[in-house]
Amino acid sequence: MATTTAPAPTTQRPGTNGANGTLDGKCPGGPIESHWDHYKAEIKLINPANKRKYQVIVVGSGLAGGSAAATLSELGYQVKCFCYQDSPRRAHSIAAQGGINAAKNYQNDGDSVYRLFYDTIKGGDFRAREANVWRLAEVSRNIIDQCVAQGVPFAREYGGLLANRSFGGAQVSRTFYARGQTGQQLLLGAYQALSAQIRAGGVKMFPHTEMLDLIVVDGHAKGIVVRDLWTGEISTHMANTVVLATGGYGNVFYLSTNARGCNVTATYRAHKRGAFFANPCYTQIHPTCIPVSGDYQSKLTLMSESLRNDGRVWAPKKQGDKRPPQQIPEDERDYYLERKYPSYGNLAPRDISSRAAKEACDDGRGIGESGLGVYLDFGDAIKRLGEPVIRERYGNLFDMYEKITGENAYQQPMRIFPAVHYTMGGLWVDYNLMSNLPGLHVIGEANFSDHGANRLGASALMQGLADGYFILPYTIGVYLSSEAGKKLPPADHPTIGTVRKEVEDRIKRLTSIKGKRTPSSFHREIGLMMWDKCGMARNRDGLQAALKRFPELREEFYQNLNVTGEGGGANAALEIAGRVEDYLEFGELMCFDALHREESCGGHFREEYQTEDGEAARDDENFAYVAAWEYKGTGQNPYLHKEMLEFKKAHLAVRNYK
Amino acid sequence: MNLTLKVWRQKDAKSPGKFETYEARNISTHASFLEMLDVVNEDLISKGIEPIHFESDCREGICGTCSMVIDGLPHGGQPGTTVCQLHMRYFQEGQVVTIEPWRAKPFPVVRDLIVDRSSFDRIIQAGGYISVRTGGTPDANALPVPKQNADLAMDAAQCIGCGACVAACRNASGMLFMSAKMGHLSYLPQGQAERSRRALAMVRQHDSEGFGNCTNQYECEAACPKEISVAYIARMNRDYALASAKEMAGVE
Ligand SMILES: Cc1cc2nc3c(=O)[nH]c(=O)nc-3n(C[C@H](O)[C@H](O)[C@H](O)COP(=O)(O)OP(=O)(O)OC[C@H]3O[C@@H](n4cnc5c(N)ncnc54)[C@H](O)[C@@H]3O)c2cc1C
Ligand code: FES
Repeated sequence: MATTTAPAPTTQRPGTNGANGTLDGKCPGGPIESHWDHYKAEIKLINPANKRKYQVIVVGSGLAGGSAAATLSELGYQVKCFCYQDSPRRAHSIAAQGGINAAKNYQNDGDSVYRLFYDTIKGGDFRAREANVWRLAEVSRNIIDQCVAQGVPFAREYGGLLANRSFGGAQVSRTFYARGQTGQQLLLGAYQALSAQIRAGGVKMFPHTEMLDLIVVDGHAKGIVVRDLWTGEISTHMANTVVLATGGYGNVFYLSTNARGCNVTATYRAHKRGAFFANPCYTQIHPTCIPVSGDYQSKLTLMSESLRNDGRVWAPKKQGDKRPPQQIPEDERDYYLERKYPSYGNLAPRDISSRAAKEACDDGRGIGESGLGVYLDFGDAIKRLGEPVIRERYGNLFDMYEKITGENAYQQPMRIFPAVHYTMGGLWVDYNLMSNLPGLHVIGEANFSDHGANRLGASALMQGLADGYFILPYTIGVYLSSEAGKKLPPADHPTIGTVRKEVEDRIKRLTSIKGKRTPSSFHREIGLMMWDKCGMARNRDGLQAALKRFPELREEFYQNLNVTGEGGGANAALEIAGRVEDYLEFGELMCFDALHREESCGGHFREEYQTEDGEAARDDENFAYVAAWEYKGTGQNPYLHKEMLEFKKAHLAVRNYK
Repeated sequence: MNLTLKVWRQKDAKSPGKFETYEARNISTHASFLEMLDVVNEDLISKGIEPIHFESDCREGICGTCSMVIDGLPHGGQPGTTVCQLHMRYFQEGQVVTIEPWRAKPFPVVRDLIVDRSSFDRIIQAGGYISVRTGGTPDANALPVPKQNADLAMDAAQCIGCGACVAACRNASGMLFMSAKMGHLSYLPQGQAERSRRALAMVRQHDSEGFGNCTNQYECEAACPKEISVAYIARMNRDYALASAKEMAGVE
C-alpha cells in the first residue's frame, strides 16, 4: 500500500491481528493557520484547456456530490454524476432541518475560526485530524457567501441581514438556517448549480442509477459498475478519477433518521476493493427524535436540535410516573441536562444528551407507553415569547410532529427519544480527500470526516459543502496532475469485464435463491441486533455475541432469501437485498472496530470504560488514533492501520460541558 | 384495521396496466400509508408475488419522491400532507382504497406507481437558477434583503418538486411548480439580472415537455403538499409577458 509503512509489531489488541501499519494523513507542515493558503499556493495547477481532457465520476448528488460535480464542471472537467433517486434534487441532504455553521461572527459574540475549530475538535472528543478541521472552519465562511449568491433564502432579521441561532456544543450563535428546511434550501442551491452545468453540457447526470462496484485498474480507481434501477441494465463507466459522495451508513440499524434508500453499498464495495474503512464504530445517536411506535415502522423522524434553543428536556423525578405531563408539578420534574451540565444546559452535545436520556429511561423514569421517551417542553418559551414566535421559528417541525403523533406540541410537551442519525466513520482519506486507494476521492458524510467521534449539530452541511465547493476542486488536481499523459484503460481491459461479471453473478445469485424470508426481514434483524449490541452503549460480551451471529445470519441469507422477479426492469426487492447483503458484512466490521476500541469517546460508549459519574473515559495513551481497516476477505479479521493523531493547536483535554 | 386495495399494476411504460385487488390486514392506525404498503409488500413477496412498486425516500415530506393518487386525490388529499406523512388513522375499517400513479403525459409510467418526472429537472436546467460560479462571491451580508421578501422567496422555495400539482390539473400543467422556482428567485435581489431570460427559457421548456396551460381551476394549490399559492403563477405570467414584450422589441 502506497501510504502505509511496513507493519510494525505492537502489542496485540483483542479483535485485531496484532500487526499494524501507520498511515500518513499528508498534512502540510508549518503553522496550522497557514496550511491551506500555503497548500493552495503550492499545488500544481492544471491549465483550463487540459482540464477538459480529464473525466471525473462523482457518485452522489447530495450537498457534497452536487456541489463538487457543479464546481468541477465549472472548472472545465468532464463530469458524470450518479444518484439512486429519480432526481439529484432528492438526495438525502434535503432532509436536514436545523442549520449550517459558519465562523462569520455576524453576531459579534466572539466567534472566530479558532473557536469553531476548537468546538469541533472538542465536540469530536479529540479524535479528528486537526489540519482538516482547521481548514473546514476557515472555508465555512465562504460557504455562506456562496449560498447567498445562489439565492438560498436564509432567515433574516428585520434589518435585512442574516439571522443566526445556536446549536449544541457551542456557546456562540453561528448557525445559519432557512426555517426548518435548511438542508432542502442548500441542496436546491447546489442542484441548481448542477442543473446549469448539465444544461451547459459539462455534467452528464445519471439518476435512478446505483453504483454496485468499483473498478480498480493497476491499483488505481478508474471506474464503476452501475445498475439502472428502472431498466435493470448494468453498465460500466471509466474516468481518470472517482469521487464517492454517497452519504452515511446509519441504515445499518434499519431504523434511523436517514432516508430509506441511504446505504453503505458504494463505500463498502470500495472497501472490498482496497479502500480502508476508518472508525466505522463512530455513530451518532441523536437525542431528539420521535419515539418508535410499532414494528411496522420504517424510519424514525428527527425533531431538529434547534428546538433545544427554546425547548427544555425533562423526565419525571419519580420512577414509573405515568401521569400526563401537565399534571406533573414543576418540582417533580427533573430537567436533567440543566442539572448535570449547567454551563451548556439543554444545548449539551448530542452524545451526552442521548446518553442522559437513556440513563433516565434505564432508571425507570421514561415516559409514554413503552417507557422509552422523555419530554421536550416548550411551555416556558411559549409563556415568554408567545406562540406566534415559536410558530415562526419551528412551525414546520411542530406540524410534522402532529402529523406523525396526532399530538399538538404547543399544548403539551413533545415526546422524544434518541435515534441513529449520522455516521462519523467512513472511508479513510488524507488531506487531499483521497483514500489510500489512488484515484479514489471521498467527500461528505461518506468519508471518515472531520467530526472525530461525535459531530456537532449543523456541521455536516458545512462539511459537505466545504468538501464539494471549496476543497476537492483544488485537491483533486494533485492526483490528476500526477496522472498527466496517462490514458484511460481501454474499454476491453480485462478487469472491466471481470468486475462487471462479478456484479451480474451476484444479482443472479440473489434472485435465484427463492427461499422464504424477505430482504427487509433480514434488514430488520440486523438493525435490532446493531441497536442492541453496538448502539448507544456497547460492551465486550454484546459485541462478541453480535460477531458470532453475523456469519450465521449470512449463511441463512444465502439459503433462505426470497427476491421475487429477476434482474431485469425495476425490482424493489432486489434493490433492498443488495444493500442488505452489504450490511451483513459491514455490521460485522462495525462491531469489530467497537470491540477493539477499549475506551469510550464521543458516540462510542463502552460500558467498561466510564468515569465514576458515568461519563465517557477516553484513553489517549492507547487510542489517540484513527483506526483504518483493510479488508481481508469476508469472515476474515480485517487488518488495522493506524493514523496517529497529534494535537498541537487544541491541547488534549477532558471533554467537560459541566 | 383491514382494508381492500385496488392498485394500478403496470410492468413498464410499454405494457398495458390494470388494477389488481389486495387485502391489507392488521394494519396499525399509527402506521403511515407507505408503511401500510410495506406490510402488504412483505406479504406479497412471501407469496412469491412481486411487490407493488412505488418510490419513497425521506418519508418525512421533504424529498418529494413519494407520489401516488389515492381515491382520485394526489397524496390522498389531506391538506399540506405528502403520502409518506399520511397516517392510517384517516382511513376507516374495511374501506376500499384505489391507488394510482400520477397520470400526465409528461410523466410516463415506469412501473406500477413509479413515474418519470425528469421533465421537471429539464425545466430547472433551462433556467431555474442564478448563474454564479463557485468562489469570488461578495460577503453574504453585503446585500441586505428585506425580511418580507426573504419570507416570500422562502414560501415559494419550499416546493418539493413532487408533481402533485400536475397530477391534480386537468390540463397537466406544471405552472405551479415552475412559478414557485421563478417566485423564489425573483423575490431576491440576486435573482433580478436573469429574471426575464429565466421566464422565457423555463416557460418554453415547460411547453415543449407537453405540460398544459393554466386555466385557473386552482386544483394544484389544493393538492400541493407545501400549500404553495397560485399567486406565484400570476407573478410568473407577468414576468413572462414582460419578457416576451421586451424580446419582441429587441430590448433583450
Ligand atoms: C433528518 C436529518 C436532519 C439533519 N439535519 C442536519 C442539520 O440541520 N445540519 C447539519 O449540518 N446536518 C444535518 N444532518 C446531516 C446531513 O444532512 C448529512 O450528513 C449530509 O446532508 C450528508 O450529505 P452528503 O452529500 O454527504 O450525502 P447525501 O445527501 O446522503 O447524498 C448521498 C448521495 O449519494 C447517492 N448514493 C448513495 N449510494 C449510492 C449508490 N450506491 N449509487 C449511486 N448513488 C448513491 C444518493 O443518491 C445521494 O445523491 C441531518 C441528517 C438527517 C438525517
Ligand atoms: S418520501 Fe420524501 S416526501 Fe415522501
